[in-house]
Amino acid sequence: MIMNTVLDSKMERTFDKCRELLEDLQFTAVREWKRAQPGRKAVAYFPVYAPVELIHAAGMLPVGLSGAGDRLDLQYADARFGSFICSIVKTTLEMGMTEHLQPFDGFLFSSICDSARNLCFVMKRNFPQMYIDFIHLPHNPSSPATPPFLAAEYRRILTCLEQLSGHKVSDDDLRNSISLYNRNRALIRELYALRATEPQLVRAWESYLLVRAGNLLPVEEHTKMLEDALQELRTRALKKRDSIRVVVEGSFCEQPPLVLIRMVEEAGCYIVGDDFTLGQTWFETDVPATGDPILELADSYVNRSVYSSVRHDFRKPRWTALVEKVKATRADAVLFLIAKFCEPAYFDYVPYKQELERAGIPHLQLEFEEKLFTFDRVRTEVETFVESLVFD
Amino acid sequence: MSEKTEYRGSIHQSQKDLMLNWYEQLDRAATTGDPPTVSMMISGNCVELLEGFGAVPLYPEVNALQLAIRHQSLDPILAAEDLGYAADNCAYVKADIGCMLKGITPTGGKLPTPTLILCNFVGCNTYLKWFEHTAKLTGAPLYVIDVPFMRTDEPRKEDVEYVVRQLKETVEKLEQLTRRKFDYDRFRQAVDCSRRSEDLWSQIKHLARSTPSPFDAYFDAITLMGPLYVYRAKPEGVEFFETALAELQAKRDAGHGVYEREHYRLVMEGPPPYPYFRTFRDMFAKWQACAVASTYSTVGGLWEFGFRHDPDHPFESVALHMIEQNVTNRNYLQRYEQIRRYVEEWNADGVIIHFVKSCRLFSAGQGDMRDYFTKQLGIPTLYIESDLEDPRYFAEAQTKNRIDAFFEALEHSKATALRGSA
Repeated sequence: MIMNTVLDSKMERTFDKCRELLEDLQFTAVREWKRAQPGRKAVAYFPVYAPVELIHAAGMLPVGLSGAGDRLDLQYADARFGSFICSIVKTTLEMGMTEHLQPFDGFLFSSICDSARNLCFVMKRNFPQMYIDFIHLPHNPSSPATPPFLAAEYRRILTCLEQLSGHKVSDDDLRNSISLYNRNRALIRELYALRATEPQLVRAWESYLLVRAGNLLPVEEHTKMLEDALQELRTRALKKRDSIRVVVEGSFCEQPPLVLIRMVEEAGCYIVGDDFTLGQTWFETDVPATGDPILELADSYVNRSVYSSVRHDFRKPRWTALVEKVKATRADAVLFLIAKFCEPAYFDYVPYKQELERAGIPHLQLEFEEKLFTFDRVRTEVETFVESLVFD
Repeated sequence: MSEKTEYRGSIHQSQKDLMLNWYEQLDRAATTGDPPTVSMMISGNCVELLEGFGAVPLYPEVNALQLAIRHQSLDPILAAEDLGYAADNCAYVKADIGCMLKGITPTGGKLPTPTLILCNFVGCNTYLKWFEHTAKLTGAPLYVIDVPFMRTDEPRKEDVEYVVRQLKETVEKLEQLTRRKFDYDRFRQAVDCSRRSEDLWSQIKHLARSTPSPFDAYFDAITLMGPLYVYRAKPEGVEFFETALAELQAKRDAGHGVYEREHYRLVMEGPPPYPYFRTFRDMFAKWQACAVASTYSTVGGLWEFGFRHDPDHPFESVALHMIEQNVTNRNYLQRYEQIRRYVEEWNADGVIIHFVKSCRLFSAGQGDMRDYFTKQLGIPTLYIESDLEDPRYFAEAQTKNRIDAFFEALEHSKATALRGSA
């Protein structure tokens, strides 16, 4: 018992550290990393996926942006992006216009949706001193020409990153970075597997904090944190709760408030699968750290990525992959947690819903904004949904 | 105030005939399975390739806008929303899906299940979803041509090679599906027809540099855009644009403008509100304000700055058209530059930015665009919001008030400038 308390207080400290990292719009950790060795640079990327290995191999700190949550009032960005545009696009621009993004030397965007794509170029106009680039992540995985195209795209980006850092990157540098991130992603997969098999041991909000902290920490440090956490979580003596098992789908880009994730769990759900900060769990298996590392990274994107609303693979529809995920995690239902005005998620909801209904899997659709303050209505909806399944 | 708000010449009748003929071909394809049909996105379409198979294009956007302009878009939109589409999904998609569900077509004739759903993805992520959904709904085969977005000043060699490779894969796919051999010579001829149509279209666009402009490069240009997408690679298309150029040139030479007196010259950004097309046009006609250039009319291709398809390099020039020479695959700052050139070279008084909630490709960030034109360049700019397909988002009184206020301010500044120079 005493041992458990000690462990839990250690875990609590880790969770508190992660929460602080996530809530810090000043990016103090990034500033400190740069200060520790003057001359080092940090490159931020907009969700969902970025080839972080390229940034890392160039000796820079890759940082995954996730909006500003409810911690920033919009003074400028609303006027620049108008109505019907999601919050994360606006808060990212707002962070730039209010100098919160000052620790960064570069930004990468990719072809995930039209709003984020346009944001890249609006940022370019407003921050002309910055290195800002757009990665065209391909949408035709069936062509043999696609991996070489993406490899050429990554080489273009790498050349720019080398110029920014002043560090020439070798294939060995890249293989080393790939190995480090493989280890990191494998641990995240392990954490997710633990949640699916013994969900009482780790809450989704806890796992979310642990994983998302990796967006802000050097990969080596984050990997250590995950290793320690996994060890400790497994020794927890926590009882099973009376909850249904759900997969959360739709939060791949803009992130729901932490309170909302906790609320879903408190309303009677084990979240046994989700797509929160999806970029960090992007590959189904390791990226080969052999051969031509750039081509391997590109080939992995085309052939080893998880399904996602921002990656189009007509060889295997996403809706089939969602049903498979539900089955693999033995989930009872799917909760769609969709960011307001997120068009990729809105669109995918329709075929997902059709396919779930065909497979007899219950689902509930909820909408959120990162700056959501009140959750009463959402709580009632989830509770009612859970009750309807439990007493069915 | 002028009542005469649009030009009605023989081109309007021939445009109508051409488009009806197109719908007849689609009806025949639906009934007999011949000709083969390929559904595509208007923007950066590779209609030339289809000619090599004698296949006919099917453009869901044209169907959707036809419905909206006839005030028939709301029912199918609601049907799609019943299926689960959100209020904030693109209403073009909803109207198209709703029509499929309800069996509605723009002319009342039949529309075929396409031989191939060819997603010529050029910058519009919505199109990827749209075509996936229609493939799921109809069971038709889907192929995506992934066109790299214009993230560098010039297209990269690798980008062109990648698209050419996919075009050739499309040819293989169509050979299997149509059981027809690709006719390369016919493809080259089609590319040559496109070159000629584009040259004529470009000359037409340059006529609007005259004062007064002989046509409205937003509202009237839309009339010419149908043949541009469906027929530019055919001799009928070349003939149509020859007639159009001759008519508009004669009008220009005679000094006839869109209005009795052209008061204002505008550049229009964004698609029009099709459900209130006439009403919207009248709001500008009231001020005798003529659009001399528009970005929307470059969705299918950007030719006024010199690009032409090239029969000596047919695949490469089709690829270049898809990558670089249409507004939707060009980045936002390239669009700013396009508008800036229009203002300068077409001698415009101001820019109208029409934000359409359906289309984030066009609209996300237009507030920044306004900031650039008003603050950085000092060009009078009006920003208004509605939709291109969903009639529920057009606030008529509010839109009219904002347009009136814009022109009143323009009038005031013109008068002040005149007094200043006197």
